[in-house]
Amino acid sequence: MFNKETLDAVRSLLLFQADDHLIIGHRNSEWTGLGPILEEDIAFSSIAQDKIGHALGLYTILHEQLGEAEPDTLAFMRNETDFTSCHLVELPIGEYDFSLVRHFFFDLAAHIRFEDLATSAFDPVAKLARKVKGEIKYHVFHANTFINQLGHGSEESKARLQSAVNQNFGLALGMFESFEGENLLVQQGIYKGEAAIREIWLGEVQAVLLEAGLKMPDAATTASVLGGRKGFHTEFLQPLLDEMTEVFRVDPAAEW
Amino acid sequence: MKIKSLDPRVDRLALDAVDKQPDAVLQPEEHWGTYQVFHQRKRGEKHSSVGIVHAPSAELALVFAKEQYGRRGETVNMWIVNTRDVLAMDYDDYDVFATTPDKMYRDPAGYKVNDKIAEFKKANLHV
Repeated sequence: MFNKETLDAVRSLLLFQADDHLIIGHRNSEWTGLGPILEEDIAFSSIAQDKIGHALGLYTILHEQLGEAEPDTLAFMRNETDFTSCHLVELPIGEYDFSLVRHFFFDLAAHIRFEDLATSAFDPVAKLARKVKGEIKYHVFHANTFINQLGHGSEESKARLQSAVNQNFGLALGMFESFEGENLLVQQGIYKGEAAIREIWLGEVQAVLLEAGLKMPDAATTASVLGGRKGFHTEFLQPLLDEMTEVFRVDPAAEW
Repeated sequence: MKIKSLDPRVDRLALDAVDKQPDAVLQPEEHWGTYQVFHQRKRGEKHSSVGIVHAPSAELALVFAKEQYGRRGETVNMWIVNTRDVLAMDYDDYDVFATTPDKMYRDPAGYKVNDKIAEFKKANLHV
């Protein structure tokens, strides 16, 4: 149905999304047991688990429809330079304000992407997007509610939130790095394209930040942190992969 | 002194071994109130009280309730109510219920209906 160039672009799209979800899922799971309060610990851990689940869904399509290796192999056996995750998801968890704002930026983008993919001409991904719709809706509800709460909290919470927003913003713009064959996907109704997703994202981020009494950073004058989609990463990704794959590499053939 | 742990995540947090003096007073934002959570399994069924969540606002209470009490089994809806809005009886007034268990005439089990039905059937079987 689609030619090879188009399928290669689909592969790129699914792979970088899967990698983003796997890495942020792993990062956010680092808060499990260490969260600020019990209720939030449970909620944030569940969201992290969902992200790993969405990564699995995407890796499964890559394996079953596009001839890539098994999901576990893709997740645990590739080299750092084979990952196409953006830098935003790689950074260490930092303090809770940083992790929370990263979750807010990432999940708004994931929501917009999956909403678009739910009507994609590439059917397997459209099915997945429709299946996880409710989960992502909750993730965004969680993020937006927290931003609003802390924006209207104390002077300190507001200041810390604004600083985390400013710190994350250029990294977040790196989520929308263009990739090869993107225009083929746009032409054939498979995907809206990064530029269009980014425009919607900027509008939605601004609406939430303004309601929370925070300032929207200027996208026009903020440099996007690029390179992740091409396999260039921060010094933080390799240690994360080492830790994440430690148990798997003891016995890659083990049945779980 | 920093906490040393076998868990690399804990070491990375570089937590002080004694974070707070035991007699430290909690500030209001460190000590959230509670919200009562009501869970509905199916449309049309009643919402049942399932427990509490700690939260600084009703909106966040709903966010937390979803994961605390809606993560297993079926759920169609949830309510949360600020615990401060619940008017409860005083436990010292429990004596208003003291004689209730004696009032068997309010309980269907208090009537020996089955005996009477059996008697009726027996008396009328050959009719």
